[in-house]
Amino acid sequence: MMTLAKRQQPSHFWVYLSPLLAIALTLATGSLLFALLDVDPLHALTTFFITPLSDTFGVGELLIKSTPILLCALGLSLCYRAGIWNIGAEGQLIAGSISTTLIALAFIDSNTGFSLPLALLAGMLGGAVFAGIAALLKYQFNTNEILTTIMLNYIAYHLLQWGVHGPLRDPNGFNFPESALFDANTILPILLDGTRAHLGVLFTPIVLVLTWVLLSKSFAGFQIETLGLSPLSARMAGFSSKKIGYSVFLLSGALAGLAGAIEVTGPIGQLVPQVSPGYGFAAIIVAFLGRLHPVGIMLAGLLMGLIHLGGELVQLELGLPKSITGIFQGLLLFYLLSCDVFIQYRLTTQPGGLLHPKKTQKVT
Amino acid sequence: MKIITSFLLFFSLLPLAMADKKPKPLEVGFVYVSPTGEAGWTHTHDLGRQHIEKVFGNTIKTRYVESVKEGADAERVIMQMAKGGADLIFSTSFGFMNPTLKVAKRFPKVTFMHATGYKRAKNVSTYFDRIYEARYLSGVIAGHMSKSGISGYVAAFPIPEVIRGINAYTLGFRSVNPKGKIKVVWMNSWFDPAKEREAAESLIRQGADVIAQHTDSPGPVQGAEAAGVYAIGYHSDMSVYGKKAHLTSPVHNWNGFYEDTVNQVLKGTWKSTDTWEGYSANMTTLAPFNPAIPQSVINQVKQLEAQIKAKTLHPFTGPITSNKGKILAKKGQVIPDEELRKMQVYVEGVEGELPN
Repeated sequence: MMTLAKRQQPSHFWVYLSPLLAIALTLATGSLLFALLDVDPLHALTTFFITPLSDTFGVGELLIKSTPILLCALGLSLCYRAGIWNIGAEGQLIAGSISTTLIALAFIDSNTGFSLPLALLAGMLGGAVFAGIAALLKYQFNTNEILTTIMLNYIAYHLLQWGVHGPLRDPNGFNFPESALFDANTILPILLDGTRAHLGVLFTPIVLVLTWVLLSKSFAGFQIETLGLSPLSARMAGFSSKKIGYSVFLLSGALAGLAGAIEVTGPIGQLVPQVSPGYGFAAIIVAFLGRLHPVGIMLAGLLMGLIHLGGELVQLELGLPKSITGIFQGLLLFYLLSCDVFIQYRLTTQPGGLLHPKKTQKVT
Repeated sequence: MKIITSFLLFFSLLPLAMADKKPKPLEVGFVYVSPTGEAGWTHTHDLGRQHIEKVFGNTIKTRYVESVKEGADAERVIMQMAKGGADLIFSTSFGFMNPTLKVAKRFPKVTFMHATGYKRAKNVSTYFDRIYEARYLSGVIAGHMSKSGISGYVAAFPIPEVIRGINAYTLGFRSVNPKGKIKVVWMNSWFDPAKEREAAESLIRQGADVIAQHTDSPGPVQGAEAAGVYAIGYHSDMSVYGKKAHLTSPVHNWNGFYEDTVNQVLKGTWKSTDTWEGYSANMTTLAPFNPAIPQSVINQVKQLEAQIKAKTLHPFTGPITSNKGKILAKKGQVIPDEELRKMQVYVEGVEGELPN
C-alpha cells in the first residue's frame, strides 16, 4: 500500500517538479471537465491559456491585470518573510487609490506635468500610512496584526464608498457614485498603440529587482529573514524587531498604495466604487504560490492574471458559464498547493508513513 | 406581431441569404455585472437576450460574459467582444459607462447600448426603464395591505435611481395610507442575501409589515416569508422565494426593446439616443399578484396602471414635500425628468436622513 513518509530534508527536486505536476493534473482534470460538458478539451484549454496571449493587446492586458497583484504580493512577501501577517494589502491599495484621487482632482484643471508623479507618490504615502496604523497598533499596543489589518480593509472599503458617494463624487455626474475623470496629465501614458499597457506596468520589474536585492543581497534582508525564522535569534543578534517590523509594514503598504494609484491613474482613469476586485487578497495567494520569492511571485502573479483573462475568453468564445471557469481556476490553485506535499513528504510502499502514524515509532 | 416582424425580416434577408450560402449573422454581445441566475437585474437582461435569440433565429448570434467587475476589467471584456466581431453590444451596468465609451471610440462601426448611464456618443445609446412607475403601484398595494402603516425598505446604494424608487413607493403607499411611514436600511451592496435578510428582519422588529427592496437577492422576501409578513420583490417575479409573503414585484421587461434595437441595427436605421420609457412602452410592469390581495385593490391598481400607461398619471405629481418640509412640487406640478435623474432627497413619509 502507498503511504506518505516525511522526508528528512525538503526535496529540491520536488520544489521545481511540484508546479509542473500540478499543471499536468489540472490539464487532465480540466480536459475531463470540458469533455463532460461536450466541449472540445483542446479548444477549451487553448482558449484558456494560449488565446489570451495571441496578440500584443492580450499581452498588454495580462500585464495590466497582474501589475496590481504583483505589486501587492511583492510587498506582502517582505512582511511574511519577517513573520508579520499583513492581510491588509486590499485596504492599503484602496487607501492609495483615494489619496491619489485627492491629488488628481486637485490638479484636474491645471496643466502641469507634476501632477502624475505627485499623484503616484500620494498613493504610496496613503498606502504606507494605512499600513502604518496597523504597525503602530502592533508595536505600541501589542495588537494582533492579522485582526487589525483585516478590520482596516473594511475601514478602507467604507472610506472609499463614503468618498465616491460624497465629497469625491463628480459634481456633474447626476449624483452617481464615481469621481470626475482625471485630467490627461494625471493619466499614465500608454506604452504601445493598440493596447492599454501603460507606464505603470514597468514599475513591476523595477520593484521586483529591488525586492530581490533587498531580500537576497542586503543586510536588511538578512535581518528580515532572521526575524521571520527565529525572533529569538534576531533579538540575540541585536536586531530591532520593531524597526524591521515598521519598515516592512510601511514598504508593503507603499507598494499596495502604488498599486491603487496605478489602477486609478491607469486603466480606470477615475475613482470608482470598485477600484479593486480583490487584488489585495489575490496577492496573498500569489505570494505563497510564489514561495515568497520575487521570481516565484512573478510567475504566480502572471499565472493568476492569465487564468482570469482565459476565464473571460472561455465565456466569450465557448459560451461556458462563469462558474465553470471558476471551477477550473480553483482546480489549478488546489493542485498547485496540494502538490507541495511532495516537497516535505515522499510516497512509499513501506509502512510507517503519514497515513499509518502508529507504526512510525518502530521505524528507525 | 413578433411573427410578422420575423417573417418580414426573413424575406428582407432572403436575397442576402441566397447571394451567400452562409450570411454572417449579426453578432450581439451582452456584458453582465452579476451571474445570470434565476432572478434579479442580470436575469432580466438575459431573458431579453434569450428573447431576441428566439425571435431572430439564425440571423443573429448572441454571446455574453457574466460577473464582470466594474473596475479595470470591464473595458477589456467589452473590447474583446468588439474585437471578436460583435456588431452590437449591450453593457448593462452603470459602472460600465466610461469603459463602454472608451471602447466605442475605438470601434466606431460597432453599436453600443449602455443601460442606466447618461453619457452618449455617435455609436453609443443609453436606455433604462421607468421602474418608479411600477414602484408607485407596488406602494399602493403595500399601503392597502399594511396594518401597522409601517413599511421597511431594503436599499442598495444611496444613488438617485434607488432614492427615486423609495420616493415613488412612499408616494404610492401614502396615497392610500396617508400616515404611512417608510423605514430604509442601506446595504451598500447590490447582492448580499444574508445581510439583506437580516435587514428585513430588523425592519420587521421595528413594526414593518411589508418589506420592499431595491437589491438583487431574494433575502428580504425570504425574511418576510419566515416572519409571516408581506414583501414586494424587485427586478423579476420573486414569488418562488415566498409564496405567502410575495405580493408582487416591479419588473423590467427588456424583450421588446431589445428586439426593436436589433431590428434597427439590422435595417441600418439605428441612431444614438436616450430611451427612458416605462409602462407606455411595455418596459416596466408588475409581477403576477398574490391571491391575498383583495379584488378592490387590484381594480384600483389596474385603473392607475391604465392611467400611467396613457401618461395621464405621473407618480411624481405634486403636492410633494421633502421629509424636511421643503416643497419639491406644487399641486398639479410634475417633478421634471432632469430633477428625477439626480434625485437626492427623501419625500415626506420616509424616515431618517440620507447618508452623505
